[in-house]
Amino acid sequence: MSAVAPPPPASAPTPARRSARDSSASWRWSDRLGLAFAWLLGLAFLAVTVAIVLYMMVQGIRYVRPELFVTPPAQGVSEADSGGFLDPLLGTVIVAAMAMAIAFPLGLAIGVWLSEFGNPGWLARLTESTIEMLAGSPSIVFALFGTLLFEQGALGFLSRTNDGVVYGRSFFAAATMLSLIALPLMVANVREGLQAIPAHVREASYAVGKTRIATVRRVLLPAARPSVVTGAMLGVGRVIGDTAIIVVLLGATLRFNGAGGVPLLSTLKGTGSTLTTFVYQNAPTGEINQPEKAFAAGFVLLSMVLALNFAVDVAARRGRRWR
Amino acid sequence: MALGGPQSRGLLPDQRAELMLGALVCAVLLFVLALVVFVFREAWPSFQHNGLRWFGTGGTPDQQIQAIFTSTDLGQKPVYTFHAWPIVWGTLVTTAGAVCLSFVAALFVSVFVVEFAPAWIRALLEPVVRLLASVPSVIFGLLGVLVLVPFIGQHVITDDNRRSVAYIVSLSGYSLLAGILILTLMIAPLMIAVFSDGLRAVPRGWLEGSLGLGINSWRTFWKIGVRTARPALVAGTVLATARALGETVMLAMVTGGVSFAPNPADGLIFFVEPTRPLAATILQTAEQLTSAPMRHTIFAMAAVLLFSAAMLSLAGWAAKQPMKKYGVRT
Repeated sequence: MSAVAPPPPASAPTPARRSARDSSASWRWSDRLGLAFAWLLGLAFLAVTVAIVLYMMVQGIRYVRPELFVTPPAQGVSEADSGGFLDPLLGTVIVAAMAMAIAFPLGLAIGVWLSEFGNPGWLARLTESTIEMLAGSPSIVFALFGTLLFEQGALGFLSRTNDGVVYGRSFFAAATMLSLIALPLMVANVREGLQAIPAHVREASYAVGKTRIATVRRVLLPAARPSVVTGAMLGVGRVIGDTAIIVVLLGATLRFNGAGGVPLLSTLKGTGSTLTTFVYQNAPTGEINQPEKAFAAGFVLLSMVLALNFAVDVAARRGRRWR
Repeated sequence: MALGGPQSRGLLPDQRAELMLGALVCAVLLFVLALVVFVFREAWPSFQHNGLRWFGTGGTPDQQIQAIFTSTDLGQKPVYTFHAWPIVWGTLVTTAGAVCLSFVAALFVSVFVVEFAPAWIRALLEPVVRLLASVPSVIFGLLGVLVLVPFIGQHVITDDNRRSVAYIVSLSGYSLLAGILILTLMIAPLMIAVFSDGLRAVPRGWLEGSLGLGINSWRTFWKIGVRTARPALVAGTVLATARALGETVMLAMVTGGVSFAPNPADGLIFFVEPTRPLAATILQTAEQLTSAPMRHTIFAMAAVLLFSAAMLSLAGWAAKQPMKKYGVRT
């Protein structure tokens, strides 16, 4: 008995990670440097982001006036007589609604097909890589393709036409190409949401005699709704933040510049601008150069993005059911 | 969708739904195929005319663009000569600079977030990363133009610097440096998101094993966590590179808008020289699409971007294959 060394007492501190972390004073200098660097960069990253948001907020609150929201932009040489940003604000809303009207059903369909059908396999793989390529492609390339597409005579009814020459810049053109940048986010989120649903949910639905498509519609999509909503809101975020497509395909004119006689349709067929192009043109590098207006519009744009982000967080929290 | 009367036209509702969804998928694929084909078809005359010299040096692109644009005015022969090296070089330098900087930053930040940050900092940092990733690029551009560019112009560039290159290019603060710094800030959140996913997927037991051997927690995570997550590091870098290549508006605003190739031989002045990457050039010349040879030239630039994006997405796919082992989905 006495020859055997006593076992370590049960209360001996286990070499837990916490204690190892706490005693970093005993580490080699290179490890300590690394840890210090990680802390430094992490805090710096936090500080920079907070600084950016705070700076935009402060500048925005300094320059935002309620009347800016209801005054259309005007030709002017000073901050006082260049109007507000009613038209760009409406333009942002219109463009986001139209682009999502295309991207939402398409993204839903592709996501459902990829997750629930995906037959034949090569087509599914091709679709996946195509969507991934779309996500990585610069939006300016889509914009250029848009000019080609909408200058075709057959699509002339979607924009202004002058003596048979199709102008090719309109809300229709811009929204169609913008839907391409929202599509990958939509597809990825729908797919992820559907795949997170356990197989037994599908089997239970089949067992009570539902067809596959009925299962998708009545069981899976309602269950995956938070992911669908997340995808749609991320898509809206990308769409309202895009500038290149708007500059090239919407003309980025100061005000709505309708085409044709029908009231609403003429606006959609005509050119206009959004908050992003308004900021772009009002920045010192732009054509109008009214930085205060740019800050005000940028503040509104950033607030919209922040609100969307917050909504995505809420939706994601509600979507944890299956995970 | 295709839910109608049962078994009409001899197809089950399921088959009909599958066919309709498949048709939609095919339609989107055809649309993207048309996009690629038409962009390259429109670009072809410019490449055909210049060959590989398209990417070469010789002359200033701005003057060449002017010549190409005006060549249709007087019924002359269309001009296609375009040597895009300064623009391509500007793209390469801004992208490489931003990717290198943000790789280091994102690696340390994601290690910090995943392993070393106290809970409250982690709870703060995660939404902040997502927020920064969704800020529109025009807002970064605005901040760059109104904050960073004047700072560089007044405090970084000295009068001596200005004089020393005055006969080549004027230094105003609109510079490579401003572009690289802001681009770093824009792509770092993307990298952090992918890196963190990869680092979180490292099997806990591997780390515990190393800790159990008495290796300290930093060394453990650096040698085992980060190495295991290497595929995620590659995938995140590829994703961020694609974003950096395609970044248009911010770079058009802060890099100066002249097709000048910053010269490394100028020493540190290199970083404060202006340039203009491909995507920004397309944006700023988009008004000249009406002239046929100019349109071909602009589409040639777009084709280069599209090709690079496709290659990068291929590389990203290849890098992601080993990650499936650890169950990481990105």
